[in-house]
Amino acid sequence: MALLELKNIKKLFGKVHALSGVNLEVKQPEVLALLGDNGAGKSTLAKIISGVYAPSSGEIYFDGKLMTKWDVSTARSKGIETVYQDRALTEQQSIASNIFMGRELSGSMAMGFINLKKQYEEADNLMKEIGLTSKAFNAKSQVLTLSGGELQGVAIARALYFKARILILDEPTTSLSLSESEKVYNFIDNVKKEGLSCILICHNIYQAYDAADRFVVLERGRDVLNVEKKDLSVQELIDSMRKIARSARIGDDSASI
Amino acid sequence: MNKPAIKNNSAISFLVGVIKANMMPVRAAVFFIILMTVYIIAKPDVFLDFRIYTAVFVSLPTIVFMAIPLVFIITSGEIDLSFPSIMGMGAWVFALSVAAGLSPVIGLIAALLTGVACGIANGLLVTKVGISALISTLGMNFLLRGIIHVGTQGYGISVVQVTGTPFSNVLVGRLGGLPIQVIWALLFAFIGWLLYSRHRFGVHIRCVGDNPDSSREMGIRVDQIKTLAFVCVGIGASLAGVFSTLILKTFYPTTGEGYLLLVLASIFIGGTPTGGGIGTILGGFIGAMDIAFIETGIIAIGFTGFWTQVFYGAIIILSLITHRGYRRFKY
Repeated sequence: MALLELKNIKKLFGKVHALSGVNLEVKQPEVLALLGDNGAGKSTLAKIISGVYAPSSGEIYFDGKLMTKWDVSTARSKGIETVYQDRALTEQQSIASNIFMGRELSGSMAMGFINLKKQYEEADNLMKEIGLTSKAFNAKSQVLTLSGGELQGVAIARALYFKARILILDEPTTSLSLSESEKVYNFIDNVKKEGLSCILICHNIYQAYDAADRFVVLERGRDVLNVEKKDLSVQELIDSMRKIARSARIGDDSASI
Repeated sequence: MNKPAIKNNSAISFLVGVIKANMMPVRAAVFFIILMTVYIIAKPDVFLDFRIYTAVFVSLPTIVFMAIPLVFIITSGEIDLSFPSIMGMGAWVFALSVAAGLSPVIGLIAALLTGVACGIANGLLVTKVGISALISTLGMNFLLRGIIHVGTQGYGISVVQVTGTPFSNVLVGRLGGLPIQVIWALLFAFIGWLLYSRHRFGVHIRCVGDNPDSSREMGIRVDQIKTLAFVCVGIGASLAGVFSTLILKTFYPTTGEGYLLLVLASIFIGGTPTGGGIGTILGGFIGAMDIAFIETGIIAIGFTGFWTQVFYGAIIILSLITHRGYRRFKY
C-alpha cells in the first residue's frame, strides 16, 4: 500500500493552472524522482505535499486515510520533511535555531519556553553525525557565515533530526560543487537503506536515474509518465521525456493556430 | 595581563564571552557610561545627588513600556508608528472608567483591552489587508488621535480621586524614595526578555523578520506572529498611558504625543537594527535610559531646552554609526 497518495490534485494560482489533475503514489521504501521541464509543476507539487500550498481540489491520503486537514504542521507531524529549493533558512539565526525552526524543543517549564541548551547540544551532535563540522562554526554560529554546501547540510540536518518517513528534496544539488553533490546522493542512498521514502526533484536525468527507483514525469501540471527503473534504461527515459516535450510543443503550435 | 592568563581565568573568560555575545547592548551601555561621566564632570553637584535620578525614574518607565514591545515589532520586520495614540487611547479609556466611578482596576483592564484591540486592528491591516505597516500605522496614529480629540473636545479628565489609593500607591507610589514604577518597568522588561530570548514566540518573531517565506515553509504562522507583535505594542502603549495618567493625576488629550521619535530612538540606540530578524531587549532598555538621561542632563548642565534636539540627533546618528554593519553575533 502506498504511504502517501495524491488523487487528482489541482492547483490554481489566479487563472494559471499550475497543476491540473496530478495523481501520485509514494511507497515505502522507495526513491521517487519527479522529473519535468521548468514550470511543469514539480515544485508546486512538492509544496502541496509539504503543506505550504493548499490544493485547489483533489484528495490526499496518508497511510490509507483521507486527510481533511493538510498544512505544514500536519505534514511535518506525519513525518514529511522537506529540503526546499531555497533551503528555507533564516540566515541571521543560529544553526541550532534553524534546525529546530517551527518545532523548538520545550524546556522543563514548557508553556512555550525553549530549552536552548539542549537545542545546541542536539544540534552539535547531529552535525557531528552527518559530518557537518568545522573549526569556523558551531551550532551557535549564524547561518550567514556558511558556504553553499554547508547551508544545504543544515537544511538536510533539519530533515534528518525529525526522523522523516518521507523526505522531499527539491533540487538538492543546485549550486553545489561535485563533491558536495556526491555527499547529498550518498545521503539519499542511506535514507533508502533505512527504509524511508524520498521524493527527489531533479533536473539532471543521469543523477536522478542513478538515485531513484521510480520516475514520474510532469508536463504542464499533469503526470504523463510513471515508470519503474527496472523497466527502462536511462537512454529510454531520456527518449520518452523528449517525446513528451515534443508533443507538448506540437500542442502549443496547434493551440496558437 | 597576557592572553593565556585570560584564558586560564574562567571568570574573566566567562565575562568576555558574555560581552561578546551581547555587543549591541554593551555598546549602548558604554555610551550610557560615557554620557553619565560627562554629566558628572560637568555638574558634579547635580549628578551626584540622588534627586536627579528620582526625576528621571519617574518618566523612564513610560518609555520602557513602549520600547520593549517595539523591539518585538521591529524584529518581526514591521514597524508601528501608532503607539503614541494607543497610549492616548489607553489613558483616555482609563480616565473615563475612573471618572464614571468604576474601580481603577477595571479601568486598567479596559485600557489594556483597548490596547489589544488597537494592536489587532494594526495586525489585520498589515497581514490581511496587506497595507505596508509604515503607512497603515501612521494612518492609525492620526485616526486614533483624532478620535480622542473629537471625543474629549480637547478637555482633560482629572483622575485625582485615585491618588493615594492602594491602586495608585502600588503602581506609581514611592518605595523608600524610589518611584515604584521603576520596579514595574524592570519587571516588564524582564518578562519581555523572557518572551524574546527564551520563548517560542520570540524565536518565531526573529524567524519571521529574518525570512517570512522560510518561516512559512517551516510551519510558522507568519500573520499570526506579526499580529501578536502588534498586540504587544498595544498592551505596552496602553499601560504607558495608564501610568502617565496616574503620575500626572490627569488625562490630557495629548497624552503620548512627543513619544514617537524618543521611543524609536531608544530602540535604535540600543542596537536593534532596522532590517528585522535580530534585536535586543536589554539594548532597548539601556537605550531608553540613554534617551531619558539625555534630556534631563542637558537641561541640568545648563543648556537651554533648545539644545536637546541637537543632541538627540547627533547621538542617534553617532550610535547608529557604531552599530553599522554589525549583524554577526551569537546569542
